[in-house]
Amino acid sequence: MAQLNINGRNYEVNVEADTPLLWAIREQVGLTGTKYGCGVAQCGACSIHLNGEVVRSCALPVAAIKPGDRITTIEGLSKDSSHPVQKAWAAIDVPQCGYCQSGQIMAAVALLAKKPKPTDKDIDEAMTNICRCGTYHRIRAAVHMAAGGKFAAAVTADQQNA
Amino acid sequence: MNDLMNPGQAPKISRRKFLVGGAAAGSGLVLGFHLPFGIGSAAAQGAAADAEVNIWVVVKPDDTCVIRIARAEMGQGTLTGLAQLVAEELECDWKKVSTEQITAGQNLARKRAWGVMSTAGSRGIRESQDYVRRGGAAARMMLLQAAANEWGVPVGELRVANGVITHSGSGRSTSYGKVAGAAAKLTPPDPKSIQLKAVKDWKIAGKGLRRLDTADKLNGAKVYAIDLKMPGMLHATVKDCPVYGGKLLSFDESKVIGMPGVKRVMKINDSTVAVVADTWWRAKKALDALPIVWDEGPHAKVNSASIAKHLESGLTSSDAFADIDTGDAPKAIAASAKKIEAVYSVPFTSHTTMEPMNCTVKLSPDKSEIWIPTQNAEASLAALSSSSGQPLEKCEVYVMDLGGGFGRRIGNQDVVRQGVAIAKAFPGIPVKMVWSREEDQAHDFYRPIAQARMAAGVDDKGNLTGLHIRVSGQSINAFANPAAIKDGKDRRQLQGLWPQPHDAQFGYTHANLRTEYAMRNTHLPVGPWRGVNTNQNGIFSECFMDEVAKLAGRDPLEFRRALMSERPKHLGVLNAAAEKAGWGKPLPKGVFRGIAQFMGYGSYSAAVAEVSVSAKGEVKVHRCVFALDCGNVVNPDQTAAQIEGSVAYGMTTLQSEISVANGRIVETNFHNFRVMKIAEMPKVEVILPVTGDFWGGVGEPTICVVVPAILNAIHAATGKPVRSLPLSKQGLTLV
Repeated sequence: MAQLNINGRNYEVNVEADTPLLWAIREQVGLTGTKYGCGVAQCGACSIHLNGEVVRSCALPVAAIKPGDRITTIEGLSKDSSHPVQKAWAAIDVPQCGYCQSGQIMAAVALLAKKPKPTDKDIDEAMTNICRCGTYHRIRAAVHMAAGGKFAAAVTADQQNA
Repeated sequence: MNDLMNPGQAPKISRRKFLVGGAAAGSGLVLGFHLPFGIGSAAAQGAAADAEVNIWVVVKPDDTCVIRIARAEMGQGTLTGLAQLVAEELECDWKKVSTEQITAGQNLARKRAWGVMSTAGSRGIRESQDYVRRGGAAARMMLLQAAANEWGVPVGELRVANGVITHSGSGRSTSYGKVAGAAAKLTPPDPKSIQLKAVKDWKIAGKGLRRLDTADKLNGAKVYAIDLKMPGMLHATVKDCPVYGGKLLSFDESKVIGMPGVKRVMKINDSTVAVVADTWWRAKKALDALPIVWDEGPHAKVNSASIAKHLESGLTSSDAFADIDTGDAPKAIAASAKKIEAVYSVPFTSHTTMEPMNCTVKLSPDKSEIWIPTQNAEASLAALSSSSGQPLEKCEVYVMDLGGGFGRRIGNQDVVRQGVAIAKAFPGIPVKMVWSREEDQAHDFYRPIAQARMAAGVDDKGNLTGLHIRVSGQSINAFANPAAIKDGKDRRQLQGLWPQPHDAQFGYTHANLRTEYAMRNTHLPVGPWRGVNTNQNGIFSECFMDEVAKLAGRDPLEFRRALMSERPKHLGVLNAAAEKAGWGKPLPKGVFRGIAQFMGYGSYSAAVAEVSVSAKGEVKVHRCVFALDCGNVVNPDQTAAQIEGSVAYGMTTLQSEISVANGRIVETNFHNFRVMKIAEMPKVEVILPVTGDFWGGVGEPTICVVVPAILNAIHAATGKPVRSLPLSKQGLTLV
């Protein structure tokens, strides 16, 4: 049994302690926006925020979650897809198949929280999620677009949410 | 990226969703459809007034036009493009368009009214554009006729725009939603009376509109097959013998059956064991802990080196056939002032879709159902029927949008057969089977391995005297479709080197030209991989062309042009890419260009890459410029997106391969199958110099010029040709 605070709500999940957080989120809590891609923290499809930091939930056991830890998933990023990163992603039509994009968006939000005006090099270093459709070109453009918008306020909102 | 500069012009889509449940529920009553998720809803009852004007168009009372889609959406944008084509002829309000995926059962029940559902070979738009546009036009004619009947005026006096019909004589107006019920009862127009709009008059098609299916991909709302939840659902995962051709001998169920949530450990075919549990993670954990004994079979000692040797034997063997055989290329080359010969090799590679293989199967006494990300719903239906034992009419395939396809989910319905074999043990209960990434890497249908012996000669003026291409490698048809091999000649492996026009024609002509193929199969299963055989054949042709140009002392662009006077469309894109890239103009110090052109999927592609190579062998691709002539463009922004994607998918083959040791696949996950990331992604510029006189594909054509353009730039930078991949074999790394 573990206590998880996800998107501002508390959940009790009945899982073995070594269950990766990803599978607790998907199978016990029922939030499926966070994806399984590799299980070994390589691809980033499972990216979530833990206390505002981006982490790969497929390799993080539930036992590592401490009381008071705040988890944010893609579903908790905004109520109506109004986060500047989501809006930039929509404006540029970033997704193709879309499977990796929850993780890409969570990584981008975390990057912009730390570096509101990231350089291309910052993006290269922070955005290590894999996309097989090859949307990288537009991800880069969308991160810059989000950084140029009213991003500061939204980051604050996200951090509060997280 | 055409519309990126003015995204404000794009229609707002945030309030519109890609309707799977809702729209289908509405039409469910009209057509007697089974609802996609097997759930009857109140919404369905309230939607009785939705009118199916024809098979492509359902109009709701609120004027929403639901456009039916028969092809699969895997990110390539076909869904939006097909909707644009129907909406263009329908003259409806684009802001009120939604789409609905038909099922394989619906298509079967209506005698394949929606035509082919297979989504492969970049055919989704080009091979259905005519009949979907006719469907939109016929619906428009019926809607106008219904208004004309109601008002008692000649239909020729009516005008329509954005789904609003007006009669200027009487000042009356109505909307599609109001007349759709009456329109649905009319006799469809004579097909001969349907006149499609000229492309120059398009207002919706041909524009870089935003995709219809983006909103749910931004907030976690989109339900992929892997995300399905159903009451009582069980979860399964499988392990197939890691050596192809091997068998499952035994497993010790007692070691895992007591683990939390585990319901069943079962052999599902000669070589595969499955664990079924109450959650996927528990099934996976138990499968990892399960002691399994394999009979590794006859291929347990095969490795990449033995496979390479096998292919080498095909480079000079007498069992090849010639496809193009003009003049006498070997003789002409032998008599040349200068000659060159080179052996190229390209390894296996994997599809590695981000969403691993999966399906959910529910077998009931009177019905077999599967929810699956499939590129070929009708092949899935056939596999479901044959493996469940139920007739086709009692089977249903719900096509879930795919988390990547790239050719993996087309022909071989291995996933269906496995899912059904497991579900048979749990009648009436939905069972979701999901592969681990490791299983996905180890049991793909890989892009075929190939080698080529290339030979050419030039005269003392630097003109080509002859070109001889011998390809040796594995055949997709021999594995997947032997009936397609006529007279022992598998021409498919020479895709892109064909003499015939329209599909994948070789871009060069010469008095002495020979292309040959020698089949050399391995124990690995192979299949189509985005671009299929144009990938390796494009590398062989285009990289060697640079070697020959160098031998002739000529510029690679100018050398190519001299061989392309009979190939105006190939030449057209080559010139367009060269001009856009500034071929011949100065570059920053240390940056070099490479160029390539090739044809596949009915479209003409060319690329120029700008690359630098450090002293340590670090390869940086700075910029890629593409020209694609696909004849007509339905959505230029999504066409650009496909080209951008082809860069990343192609460039991954510069740094990763699928190799074999002891009969097994070595690259088991992303740590050793390194997929290109954003840091390596170059700038991509796209021009679409379309000629408008044909319909070519978009999803695959450009990938075959990505790698050769980059390799030619590396050659220019280092002075050394790159003849084998991945780059690590030359001491080079992508950065």
